[in-house]
Amino acid sequence: MASLKELKGRINSVKSTQKITKAKQMVAAAKLRRAQAAAEAARPYAERLSGVMASLAGKVSGDSAPKLLKGTGSDKRHLLVVVNTDKGLCGGLNANIVKAAKAKARELIAEGKDVSFYLVGKKGRAPIKRDYANRIEKHFDTSDVRTPGFEEAEAIADDLIERFEKGEFDVAHLVYPIFKSALAQDPTVDQLIPVPSPEGDAGTAGDAVVEYEPGEEEILEELLPRYVKTQLFGSLLEREASEQGASMTAMDNATRNAGDLIQKLTIQYNRSRQAAITTELIEIIAGAEAL
Amino acid sequence: MALHFELVTPAKLVRSEDVHMVVVPGAEGEFGVLEGHAPFMSTIRDGAVQVYKTEGGAPETIEVRGGFAEVGDKGLTVLAEHVEG
Repeated sequence: MASLKELKGRINSVKSTQKITKAKQMVAAAKLRRAQAAAEAARPYAERLSGVMASLAGKVSGDSAPKLLKGTGSDKRHLLVVVNTDKGLCGGLNANIVKAAKAKARELIAEGKDVSFYLVGKKGRAPIKRDYANRIEKHFDTSDVRTPGFEEAEAIADDLIERFEKGEFDVAHLVYPIFKSALAQDPTVDQLIPVPSPEGDAGTAGDAVVEYEPGEEEILEELLPRYVKTQLFGSLLEREASEQGASMTAMDNATRNAGDLIQKLTIQYNRSRQAAITTELIEIIAGAEAL
Repeated sequence: MALHFELVTPAKLVRSEDVHMVVVPGAEGEFGVLEGHAPFMSTIRDGAVQVYKTEGGAPETIEVRGGFAEVGDKGLTVLAEHVEG
């Protein structure tokens, strides 16, 4: 049985841990609201862009299509762009992303493809390095900016497209969490390059003849890198929201666990205190009776 | 008689309003868009988008960088990567 002093010390230490987790939870809740708003604000652009893409991609096909759309012609070398968070304390989020990435990697390797990794965010490095140390192409650091914005997405996209143009890989997949709610963030794998032809030619202009300036192909060529950027930007925003959501849930759990622990320790503390008092009383009574 | 004009960046929907005319700096020259314009799509160069709220009024200029403009049934949509101010 721990002494009273030891118990008191434990209770105090758990209490201060609880204070920290509670503070982190509230910070995450506040940031989540902002991240969600940012993710929502980015949606119109992505929607319009894919609408335009859909109507254009249907018109430009065959050999004249840009490389980003039709690919290099082979699908031997795959690049997995894994978007992880920079900070921990967000429960199983990063573990889940890494798990999804590794599953995809295993699947591709089993098919006899070459797989390499392009890591965004700090927290994916260690676990992926453990299994695929020599397959990591690059770490992209987003930890030095407070909220990754379009500049970062642009930098990543430019780098990726440059590598693609140089022929360093044939297919790129993007692995990132999709924010469903504070409780659920689903890791998702999407094909990034070559740009998958958008489904359903909804055609923003209907059947009307659209005039293009300079030309369909030139516009498409401009559009594709922009589309890749938007995809990456979206994934960064989803990551941000997911991180805060997961963090909020994890910290809520931690706070509750700390509360349970404090309660248990307090009961134990009171029991031993009472036991000590009882022993003391018995001693006094026994002493008095002996007289 | 109004043209529905939307200016969108990756970060947010900057404008969504009914205006009289918009002059867009297209890659092959500026073009003005009025209501009922034929479907049209163009890349844009860095420059100022001029928004005429009313006929003959003074234009409001918005600096944009990188993107393209699309004219459809629903009006004019400018997708820009950056918007100044």
